Amino acid sequence: MTAPLLDVRGLSLSYGPVRALRGVSIDARAGEIIGIVGESGCGKSTLASALIGLPAPGATVAGEVRIAGEDFLALPEARRREWRGARVAMVFQDPMTSFNPVLTLGDQLVDFQHRSPVPRAEKRARAAAILARVGLPDPDLALRRHIHELSGGMRQRAAIAAALLMRPMLLVADEPTTALDVTMEAQIIHLLRELRAEHQGAIVVITHHLGVIGELCDRVYVMYAGEVVEEGTVDEIYHSPRHPYTRALIDCDPAHIDGPAGRLPTIPGRLPDLTGTLRGCAFQPRCPRAGPRCLALAPPRVAFGPTQAAFCHEAGR
Amino acid sequence: MSDLYRIEGLRVDLPLPGDLLSALLPIRRPRLTILDQIDLAIAPGETFGLVGESGSGKTTLARTMLGLAAPAAGRLVFRGADLTGRAAWAGLRRGSAMMFQDPVGSLSPRMRVGALVTEPLIIAGRPIADRAAEAQRLLARVGLPPGLAGRYPHELSGGQARRVCVARALALDPALIIADEPTAGLDVSIQGEILNLMADLGRDQGVGFLVITHNLAVIRHSADRIGILYLGRLVETGPAAQVFARPAHPYTASLIASEPNPDPRRRRADLAIRGEIPSLLRRPAGCPFHTRCPIAVAKCRSIDPGPRAVAPGRMVRCHLAEDIPQPRNPAEEHSR
Repeated sequence: MTAPLLDVRGLSLSYGPVRALRGVSIDARAGEIIGIVGESGCGKSTLASALIGLPAPGATVAGEVRIAGEDFLALPEARRREWRGARVAMVFQDPMTSFNPVLTLGDQLVDFQHRSPVPRAEKRARAAAILARVGLPDPDLALRRHIHELSGGMRQRAAIAAALLMRPMLLVADEPTTALDVTMEAQIIHLLRELRAEHQGAIVVITHHLGVIGELCDRVYVMYAGEVVEEGTVDEIYHSPRHPYTRALIDCDPAHIDGPAGRLPTIPGRLPDLTGTLRGCAFQPRCPRAGPRCLALAPPRVAFGPTQAAFCHEAGR
Repeated sequence: MSDLYRIEGLRVDLPLPGDLLSALLPIRRPRLTILDQIDLAIAPGETFGLVGESGSGKTTLARTMLGLAAPAAGRLVFRGADLTGRAAWAGLRRGSAMMFQDPVGSLSPRMRVGALVTEPLIIAGRPIADRAAEAQRLLARVGLPPGLAGRYPHELSGGQARRVCVARALALDPALIIADEPTAGLDVSIQGEILNLMADLGRDQGVGFLVITHNLAVIRHSADRIGILYLGRLVETGPAAQVFARPAHPYTASLIASEPNPDPRRRRADLAIRGEIPSLLRRPAGCPFHTRCPIAVAKCRSIDPGPRAVAPGRMVRCHLAEDIPQPRNPAEEHSR
């Protein structure tokens, strides 16, 4: 088996007293699409910023983000800049704000290749080719457009094109379809699936939407309150979740419920305070299965087969 | 008839943004038809779900129903009264409320929750003996703790801000609440709270709801009847369960099929719908959906299909409603 392309080990990140990530370990192999799923406040966007080596200013970071064997976060900032775009690229939720509104798309896609030694005309041709690849009709016209002249779906396609321009090993997509209508969402999911066949690297999709995970990903990490609580293949996570939070999250999804539900399930309670030290399991106050051990001890990692594991005292019982 | 709100043949035109010259000179600016031929009725206590992609005219319809945009043609009837004169509109404003899409943005940042939820009573000139007690009563109705009355909107979580908006909408005991994307931005673990609350209000207090959303999963579980809007026309209306089980319009069928499925075993390999919603400026001739329709034939490109009934209470605008491909039925799939 080859070494993982992305290997995050024990990543912790604090904003002052707020411990936004605590000991997160994830990995992804070349050609794999992994999903990070969780609700607001679970730390998934903080994780995304760490994956592209851009933790918020003032954040305290511990642990490793290894990409192709090298620790990205330990590199000097100048080297990290070289990596961004070329080795690691990101697609954001709102494509409107990820482009400069006063430059044409073509100018920006040429600028993004500034480290490439080829002539400008060649860069422009490459930009047009990649726009055609992501499904923009008439790419030469699109190069002369400003971002506001494109529709929402086309903007997100252009953002994916920009991210793939330098053939990165790792593509991080943070809520890539959240701002889109359902028909556009289906088309972007379809596009990412097609690209994965050509793209040699790994894709990390961060979302709160279980439907996006189910349609797109190979493996999933479920996050809660700054920690990974369960990992496994999409099939394992959806059909045999072991962590009570994963179970509850799937049960709440209206798309999971067939037919009229009457009352929709919810998860009572709220996220714990992430300042200071958390004792025991972070999900324990909201957990229907919590016992005395959950109050006192941090939950162990319990493996269920080669691909699935849950961090829970009760999961194995 | 005992409809709570009835719309007949509604058309709404909005002026196109003009240039400086047209702003200075009394030239009539060209107008664009946003909504056309809308017929819709909401019964008391009923939840009507209005579904459409961005640009389909959902929000314009809500605004027109509340008098925030002027209709160009058609009739609006609230509780049997034609909304034509000032008195009728005043009756509508007392008997209806709007929940806006952005809960925090629709609450004044400089007012406390207690003042915000009782503000509609002050505006309507209702005498209230004890404003604080009234605020507590409204907060209790939406399941919020009394201590919240002293907070400012920025101190609320997303779910709490939504509940405050519901409390505010309930202040005047409206018969109709128009909810624009009531679960947008809410986590899946708490969106059920808002939908359950709305269902309770409909069942126990007979509040009628118009829920506007692009989230089909939300509509599937909360609406009694639904309407699908495409380029400013209702292309299909009917009871929610029937429409989801057997859509009669190819657009409805593609929307249902496009919904991402959380179950990886039901992953779909192909695309249900290609292309994008056309611009209103270039409305296709014939059936407005023919440019994206998987089963369009020659007459769809030239003849605009009128509304027709396919079953009692079900309307569709499609020449080919009888032979559209049906989506996979999850219930049947389970029993396989």
